[in-house]
Amino acid sequence: MFRVRFHGRGGQGAKTASQILSSALFLEGFEVQDAPRYGAERRGAAMFAYVRAARAPIQERGVIARPDLVVAIDDTLATMPAAAVLQGVAQDTVVLIQSAEPAEAWRPRLNAPCELLVLAPPPGAAAQAEAPFGGVRCAGAAARLLGVVGRASLERALEAELAGLGERLIEQNRVHALAGFDALAPHAGRVRGDAPRAAEAPPDWIAVPLDDAAIAAPDIHATGTSAASPTGLWRVLRPVIDYEHCKRCVWVCGTYCPDSAIRAGEDGRPNIDYDHCKGCMVCVTVCPPHAIHAVPEREAA
Amino acid sequence: MSRELLTGNAAAAWGARLADVDYVPAFPITPQTEIIETLARWYEGGEAPGRLVMLESEHSMVTAAAAAAATGVRVFSATSSQGLLYAMEMIYAVPGWRAPFVLVNVSRALATPITLEPDHSDVLAARDSGFLQIHCATCQEVLDSILIAYRLAEHARVRLPAIVNLDGFYLSFTREPVKIPAAAEARAFLPPFAPGEVEFRASKPVSRAVAALGSSPYSYFRYQTHLAALEALGAYEEVARDFERRFGRWHPAVECYRSEDAEVAFLMIGAFSTKARDAVDRLREKGVAAGLVRPRLLRPFPQAALRSALLGRRAVAVVDQNLSMGSGGVLAGELASALYGCRGAPMIARFVGGLGGRDITAEEFEAMATEARAAAETGEAPAPRLLYTAAELREVRKLQAIALAGPREAGGRS
Repeated sequence: MFRVRFHGRGGQGAKTASQILSSALFLEGFEVQDAPRYGAERRGAAMFAYVRAARAPIQERGVIARPDLVVAIDDTLATMPAAAVLQGVAQDTVVLIQSAEPAEAWRPRLNAPCELLVLAPPPGAAAQAEAPFGGVRCAGAAARLLGVVGRASLERALEAELAGLGERLIEQNRVHALAGFDALAPHAGRVRGDAPRAAEAPPDWIAVPLDDAAIAAPDIHATGTSAASPTGLWRVLRPVIDYEHCKRCVWVCGTYCPDSAIRAGEDGRPNIDYDHCKGCMVCVTVCPPHAIHAVPEREAA
Repeated sequence: MSRELLTGNAAAAWGARLADVDYVPAFPITPQTEIIETLARWYEGGEAPGRLVMLESEHSMVTAAAAAAATGVRVFSATSSQGLLYAMEMIYAVPGWRAPFVLVNVSRALATPITLEPDHSDVLAARDSGFLQIHCATCQEVLDSILIAYRLAEHARVRLPAIVNLDGFYLSFTREPVKIPAAAEARAFLPPFAPGEVEFRASKPVSRAVAALGSSPYSYFRYQTHLAALEALGAYEEVARDFERRFGRWHPAVECYRSEDAEVAFLMIGAFSTKARDAVDRLREKGVAAGLVRPRLLRPFPQAALRSALLGRRAVAVVDQNLSMGSGGVLAGELASALYGCRGAPMIARFVGGLGGRDITAEEFEAMATEARAAAETGEAPAPRLLYTAAELREVRKLQAIALAGPREAGGRS
């Protein structure tokens, strides 16, 4: 059985990638299963989608704990613990990252015990925040890595899954999917999908104790706990203040910010809390002297 | 008959479409909403005939569904979780109207705490209502069961509404290959509803669902609903056989997988039962005679079929993805009452797991089989167990540490 997990940000097409790959495998005669997990259900937030494919009907269900192939559509997720890209990765797993940086740069960073491949993003993509076509490129690349999907099936699957988008968009997507498919040609069939699985330890079951009612209800007594949730990770565009042109009218950007992520510093300058700024760009829009710029997160980081 | 990749929700919409339903009262709720969105799109685009009306709540929706069914038209609706509970007054009221329709429930765990992922506590809250219940394990079963459910609900000796249940996420948002019957074949299996006396016209006034303040009419009407539900056992067999004859897919009231010579059997309902099939195969490879017994039909409760499947087995591990507070798993209790006093009844090991969408791992299935077999060996029923690991409790303790802490520095206020 092939078990593939696509990791992306909401809006980058990870679910669509999983559906195209699954559809292509289905056309090749495989039994398949695909499903998304929407995470925080917000554009830009980490999410993933998975595909199982086998020659016999699939009885497994739920999230893939031991993947054969992991694809990170957005390389900023690769090192983000909350995205859990490397979850369950073992020696026989292949990890594919769509990134402008080479595999040599990623190996020491991820320190993963498995094969690591890189798919270069399309030219000019670094300047675009949302990695357009990143999903379909990765679908094509994944198809090639499995080695059991032909070009024709990939194209047919793409057309079927994207039906309704119109000729022009389908054509653009086709170009990118095939570019991904061709780019991984040297690694065709690298993902085996039949690796023997090591036996896992028996479950470490425990008896849940009866706790005092005061703590056994889902109440949050502490204040400000939302600060512990780094929603800034959902950002694909970063607002950056150009202090040379900033007029210190912090009540404007600070008031409009829907996440209260802009506050005045002691010097009266607005400071953006990047741990909690979700990148909505409302501040960029309302800033009277146009002193806040939108910079793709990939560049800013 | 084409084979396509469909989510459980899309399969449910196809079931309603192939059943040629006339009327769909609707109200959105995750993870069911895609069903009514799909039907709305088809009706709007003229791809299928039918009328969908958004009601102001699930309570109104179920009332409208039963009221429309009482006029003799074919009605479909869908809900989930809190929505089903919000409709609960009418869920218990309308079966007595003896007006058949099909309600899909996409299982999602109940509040508190409110959550999105599935378990079966929602649909089991409707267990004693008079609705028939069919539980699905695959997207194919979702489509097929809706067609079967209409035949069953509209059966002249039954005439009760039916719930077709599918697990949220694990079926609702999961695509699998599904055979979509041709419309003509579906219609041959499920002809238009012949309501007979079930009709309502302005020219022929009837007072329906009137009060019965005396206990003798009350008991009589309640017991009639019960008897009709029991009648659905035989009717189900008849309908499922006809379905198999036409479509080649056999959906028995109780699915038995490698259980005939099993020493230990799993008993569970819903989508995770396919994981149990996998576990059965793995255990068999290791030399353990394991099997799976899965009731698809939960109401009426197929007691006889369960007895015939389980008497003579040494042990049964019941996996309840629900929790009856102060009692435990619902299925374990139901099964015990079905087997009590029967010669050759197996040892029952009770497990509650999969609450709020929690996964049940391959290792856990094997460990459950081991516990059940060990219990059969000693002859002593084990204490009911929640499938819950030390790591899960550590995670909760971490969250509690945050929730109970004093004001935090970052962003905290005193």
